[in-house]
Amino acid sequence: MRIPRSVVQKIAFSALTAIMAVTILTILTIITFIFWNGLPAVSSEFLFSMPREGMTAGGIWPAIVGTLYLTLGTAVIAVPIGLLAAIYLSEYAPDSTFTRTIRIAIINLAGIPSVVYGLFGLALFVLFLQLGSSILASCLTLAIMTLPVIISTAEEALRAVPQSFRVVSISMGGTRWQTIQRIVLPQALPGILTGVILGLERAAGETAPILFTGASFFLPQLPQSIFDETMALPYHLFVISTQVPGMPVRIQYGTALVLLVFVLVMNLSATLIRSYFRRKRQW
Amino acid sequence: MVDAATNPKFLVESLSVHYPDGTESLHNISLQIPRNAITVLFGPAGGGKSTLLRTFNRLNDMVEGTRYSGKVLLDGEDILTPSLDLVALRRRVGMVFAQPVPLPMSVRENMTYGLELAGERRRRNLDRAIEEGLQAAALWDEMKDRLNEPAHAMSGGQQQRLCLARVLAQQPEVILMDEPTSGLDPISTAKVEDSLQSIKKKYTIIIVPHSVQQAARLADWAGFLYQGDLIEWGEGKNLFIAPKVKRTEDYVTGRFG
Ligand SMILES: Nc1ncnc2c1ncn2[C@@H]1O[C@H](COP(=O)(O)OP(=O)(O)O)[C@@H](O)[C@H]1O
Ligand SMILES: [Mg+2]
Repeated sequence: MRIPRSVVQKIAFSALTAIMAVTILTILTIITFIFWNGLPAVSSEFLFSMPREGMTAGGIWPAIVGTLYLTLGTAVIAVPIGLLAAIYLSEYAPDSTFTRTIRIAIINLAGIPSVVYGLFGLALFVLFLQLGSSILASCLTLAIMTLPVIISTAEEALRAVPQSFRVVSISMGGTRWQTIQRIVLPQALPGILTGVILGLERAAGETAPILFTGASFFLPQLPQSIFDETMALPYHLFVISTQVPGMPVRIQYGTALVLLVFVLVMNLSATLIRSYFRRKRQW
Repeated sequence: MVDAATNPKFLVESLSVHYPDGTESLHNISLQIPRNAITVLFGPAGGGKSTLLRTFNRLNDMVEGTRYSGKVLLDGEDILTPSLDLVALRRRVGMVFAQPVPLPMSVRENMTYGLELAGERRRRNLDRAIEEGLQAAALWDEMKDRLNEPAHAMSGGQQQRLCLARVLAQQPEVILMDEPTSGLDPISTAKVEDSLQSIKKKYTIIIVPHSVQQAARLADWAGFLYQGDLIEWGEGKNLFIAPKVKRTEDYVTGRFG
């Protein structure tokens, strides 16, 4: 007996809808749960003051500042390097076995567990280069972890710019660099920004890469230079959830909520940038 | 057409072009492109018309590994030498493509793009170039109040005339056109052809037409290219009225291709 096509289609659609619903529901449940439990803890004192009484009271200000520092520092290192690498791969590199190998390597690097990056950072930056456990070492480690994401999304965005624009620009006496600067980069910018934000979002949320390279359990004051250690939201959350006896649950969820909002805001802005420019796109 | 032989704009001698995959797209071509006239290169697909056009501005070089042999002289100067300043060449030899490709910016920015690449910043010069270019492409009246609109919002015919206008704004000496009206309706096509007739006094125009009829309408001089060979070359009217070679005659009369 043959099942009619329309029936097969209906079944497939229902299955897909169900799977999607489960996924979205799970995410919504997690978010609601954290908001529900965390929101009561959030106050201006919680956000903007130092932890007190063995972190069981007071706020998480140094962790927020630390995560901001780490994210910004990672961006400062990873964005220029990632962008240049992507421009090289998309606009200059010949289509050879060598470049194909590099491309595959980059894609694979993006899949390496973050703890491996942490150990790598410890060995290279903290010990071998003698940067010590510091913001700088952490940023370098996070940058290396983020680079594959930035490079591959930026390259994809550059490649999506129609070749005909390049041909026209070159035919009008443009150099390759002028063409990249004036046509290709501006057109690829939204895609590049999306990739950058998604990469940095991962950097902001990870614990393992900073665990051995610059994150601190507790500091009585904010870091003064890039050679100091820093507190950070994900590590702070790990610490107060597992390492501190008698920790009020409220504070744990409050911290989780702040980290979640941090990451969600980045994610949302990536989505907004993308859809805004897609509507404005001229091709 | 008197001095075509004595003082051509382009002198092509034994030109062969090989693509990196080994395809020989032009085989031992020799011809002379007269200045201030319209030269038509026609023939069936794959004959090497686009390759020849893209040799005149060295755009074939965008395909890494393309090899030229023979000679191409522009005003007596060899443009196939490896040390040639390609940017300077392409400012002298502009190109219009088959599909209109407005750059993703305003009409005004499209018009000034070439000059700005060359470092021109003075507003007065840019404005003059915009007006002259649009006038020459018979687009000024339609565009003068829409200069700040995105170029891609124009109709297909307007876009293609804008592509011609923005090349004219660069004040080139030669204009290459590769089937520039293949995507246009008859009225837009007629407008483009009219512009060409009115500007040919000042420029050397080399065009690949999209039909034999268009070839016959436009040609002051014409060359018939078939599978990489130049089969026949001559003054336009004669070549279409009384082709000397059987293959040209078959093509012109529609028996093949
Ligand atoms: N980039 C390229 N690489 C390899 N072969 C090419 C390339 N471009 C064109 N060719 C080949 O060169 C020959 C001439 O092509 P073309 O100049 O485009 O002819 P036409 O414009 O007369 O149709 C064709 O056989 C075509 O397949
Ligand atoms: Mg062609």
